[in-house]
Amino acid sequence: MVEETLHSISLYLPEIVIVVTLCVIIVADLVVKSQKQVAAWIMLGGLVIAGLFVMLQSGTVESIFYDMAAVDPFAVFFKTLLILAGIFVVLFSMKNRELEAYSLRMGEYYMLFAGMMLGMMMMAGATNLLLMFLALEVTSISSYVLAGFTKSSLRSSEGSMKYIIYGAVSSGVMLYGISLLIGVTAATDIYAINEALAVGVEQTLILNISVLMIIVGLGFKIAVVPFHFWAPDVYEGAPITIAALLAVASKIAAFAMVIRFFSVSFIDSGGFSVTGTWSAIEGIHWDVLLGGMAALAMIVGNLTALRQDNIKRMLAYSSIAHAGYILMGLVILTSEGLTSIMIYLFIYLFMNLGAFYVAMLFMNKAGTESIEGYKGLGHRSPLAGVAMTIFLVSLTGLPPTGGFVAKLYIFGAAISAGWIWLVAIAGITTVISLFYYIRVVRNMYFFKPDENDAAIEFDFLSRVILFALLIPTLLLGLYFQPVLEFARNSMLMFGF
Amino acid sequence: MELQILGIGILTWIVFIPIVGMIIVLLLPDKNRNAIRWTAAVATGIQVILAGVIFAVFDRTKLGINDAESFQFMEKFSWITVEAVPWVGRIEINYFVGIDGLSVLMIILTSLIGFIGVVSSWNIDKMVKGYFTLYLLLVTGMMGVFVALDFFLFFIFWEVMLLPMYFLIGLWGGPRREYAAIKFFLYTFVGGILMLLTMLALYFSVAYTDPATGQSVHTFNILHMMNPANYVEGGLLSGVDTTWRYVAWMALFINFAIKIPLFPFHTWLPDAHVEAPTPISVILAGVLLKLGTYGLLRINFPIFPDATVYFIYFMAALGMISIIYGAFCAMAQDDFKKLIAYSSISHMGIVVLGIAALNTQGMVGGVLQMFNHGIITAVLFLSVGVLYDRTQKRGLYDFGGIANQMPKYTGLAMIGMFAALGLPGLNGFVSELFSFLGAFEAYRWITIISVTGIIITAGYILWTIQRVYLGKTPEKLTNLNDLTPREILMFVPLIALIILLGIYPAPAIELMNSSLSHLVEFVRIGGY
Repeated sequence: MVEETLHSISLYLPEIVIVVTLCVIIVADLVVKSQKQVAAWIMLGGLVIAGLFVMLQSGTVESIFYDMAAVDPFAVFFKTLLILAGIFVVLFSMKNRELEAYSLRMGEYYMLFAGMMLGMMMMAGATNLLLMFLALEVTSISSYVLAGFTKSSLRSSEGSMKYIIYGAVSSGVMLYGISLLIGVTAATDIYAINEALAVGVEQTLILNISVLMIIVGLGFKIAVVPFHFWAPDVYEGAPITIAALLAVASKIAAFAMVIRFFSVSFIDSGGFSVTGTWSAIEGIHWDVLLGGMAALAMIVGNLTALRQDNIKRMLAYSSIAHAGYILMGLVILTSEGLTSIMIYLFIYLFMNLGAFYVAMLFMNKAGTESIEGYKGLGHRSPLAGVAMTIFLVSLTGLPPTGGFVAKLYIFGAAISAGWIWLVAIAGITTVISLFYYIRVVRNMYFFKPDENDAAIEFDFLSRVILFALLIPTLLLGLYFQPVLEFARNSMLMFGF
Repeated sequence: MELQILGIGILTWIVFIPIVGMIIVLLLPDKNRNAIRWTAAVATGIQVILAGVIFAVFDRTKLGINDAESFQFMEKFSWITVEAVPWVGRIEINYFVGIDGLSVLMIILTSLIGFIGVVSSWNIDKMVKGYFTLYLLLVTGMMGVFVALDFFLFFIFWEVMLLPMYFLIGLWGGPRREYAAIKFFLYTFVGGILMLLTMLALYFSVAYTDPATGQSVHTFNILHMMNPANYVEGGLLSGVDTTWRYVAWMALFINFAIKIPLFPFHTWLPDAHVEAPTPISVILAGVLLKLGTYGLLRINFPIFPDATVYFIYFMAALGMISIIYGAFCAMAQDDFKKLIAYSSISHMGIVVLGIAALNTQGMVGGVLQMFNHGIITAVLFLSVGVLYDRTQKRGLYDFGGIANQMPKYTGLAMIGMFAALGLPGLNGFVSELFSFLGAFEAYRWITIISVTGIIITAGYILWTIQRVYLGKTPEKLTNLNDLTPREILMFVPLIALIILLGIYPAPAIELMNSSLSHLVEFVRIGGY
């Protein structure tokens, strides 16, 4: 038993590093309060070390802590993405002018940040309903506080409040669903649930209700329609760095958990030939249900984004729409579908963080969050303007950018599985999305800046961060074989 | 046949030379405008030379179309390959380019118009660096579409053109440029999505057996898609005359019809043309519209011969409507550019009617008309540009008696006008004649109605000549300078081609004859 635990701990090093980082930040915050950025550097170091440990785990396929969590290529893939996103957001935070007013509280900020990272990394590996819920709550509670971090701002507090209320309700619903599921299957880890379902469960009604309730909780985290109402307010109110983290990292983590939960517990455990059937639970057409949610997310997200003037709100609705596109892959639930989700998330990480980052730079330098206020910015800062154009074009899904490849794979998977109506909706909404993304580009370039507005310059680090996001976004559009293979090889989940 | 320069195939050179130019332009300082212009001129000039080489050594007897062996200057490299994993087949995307009789004229047209566009852009002073960067990217996209034989590559080049075009219209255009730019973007993007979905459906329906390993490989190779034997059993687009094949054909057709533009998908064109700066109008009418009809011939016809035959009357009818409707609309305009825009719709209708005839005559006429129309409208738009540069006016009623003041200019412009009208001895006549002759064999009544479009065309062209070039000069418009040497340079090659191909069209027809006969035969065998 001790050996098992010790072995498990040796495979849980990335998470442990984050916990240690969290503690170091608390202490450092007490000791060297005067150094503003010290917590940021500690956080950055912690993430890098955790990332190295994650890399060491590649190839491992094991279940640890008595089927509580899995360390497998699938988890490694998502943890890599999460850490990458984390590193970028820490770098953003160092450059964010919004947070400068709170420089004395930055220790708290990074402490919560570390907590959120921990929760998200646990979500990527959790295979037990209890740990899943725990991980979800760790993530959520940290993010509630972070969303309200700029507490002198009314909108921030309002967003945070809404987030807590929505979050609490959906967590409650999900927990209730989990308890029902545990009740009917007499199991807490998803492998045992799968076995129980394979044998057959008598109370199918309760089973169906429990899964529906779990979908509510997960849907909230992914921010998919109709559980998306919190997202725009929270994104608008939260510091833009946290909005970026919620839009990218927390979505990635939630998808990791959703995929694992559905594909392990619902697929018939015959093993290797993943057929994508949802046959394990009869009564509801789960694929049609999820397909409907995806379609709604694409329609509502894209249509509502059309009318937004605040760039953060626009990106919030756009990320709801993207959740819809990604969800298409889950509807199919074949390895093709799941691989395309992973490809999508990988590319989404760079392009969406990029869009948030340029929005932040413009907020710092030009002081505007409003898309109308973007007029002439492309002329004042050619570099940021071109970068923003590329990120937005990529979000639209035009070649030769990464976003195109992401859409290509998702659409392809859906077509090959015969979901023509869903792809048709995705296609139409993509056209709609062009309209609001290109509006930002139009405002940046088609208007002359005022005479007295000076050109905007960025320091070296800002430019490095920008290129670190820009180059992958462009490169992945032309040569995406590496990410394709990375995703393919990471399809291996423990239990298959 | 292969032709390499420094170990790289000639087609790769001709496609990517503008990108090299673009990188140089980006590295040059903003202030150094002339260096930027010269870089663009040299890059597109090299394209013209390469196109000349291709014209000289192109083997006129080879068939192409569906036969990989007889494509010329072929290059094929693996671009993205993912080896087989148990549950998904191998994935393969190739950099696969080559030309046959269908594309060779378009290559020549694109390089020529691309170069003349640069010459005519010489007096653009606003953000020169940005302008030529986007311009060169656009040229690469156009050239790439004409050489791509892999659907994925075709699609990438197709979509690469969108963004530069959006900015070129939106930033350097006229007063309503924003509206025109977004309208162009949305229309073509809708088409692009339709093509993307069809491309994916084709990809999953087509798999060939790799002779080396015996594996079944999904592929974007357009030539493989033409072979009915490669369709997997149960694939969405497998079989003959299925509903899904009709749907797929229609999706592609709408995409290409938007580009052509065919009635009722044409409304973006007049706006885009009117607002775009002169060189971009030239590119738009000279090359971009041809991408639509080229796509029909390269993709719709040979991949879906069954659906092509099924919809052939529909296509011919749309061609007819475009001819008549475009001509009437042109007659009603009082803006010179809008008039040419609508005349383009009318003339591209002739192309569609010609290729819908599904016989060699009509097909040769159609493709030749693509080339000729490219040359002729380029001349027409350049003529408008010359007047606009001097007077800042485009209204047909604003002018009069230009012939007295600018005799050289009027002479050249008139040749373009008469070619558009279809005067025998100029190139427009030859291709229109062939198209109508071919179409007459296939659809008597549709052709008879369409030919009346010629009369309307004669009407609006002659009326335009009368209003602009003849008659009295308004008092405000005295002291107009005649053409500068630069402007003569951009007119002369085009006018020479108009006269040459009008008197002796054989060199152009020889280039494409065997390929197009083969295409007709291939579609007829597959469709009937």
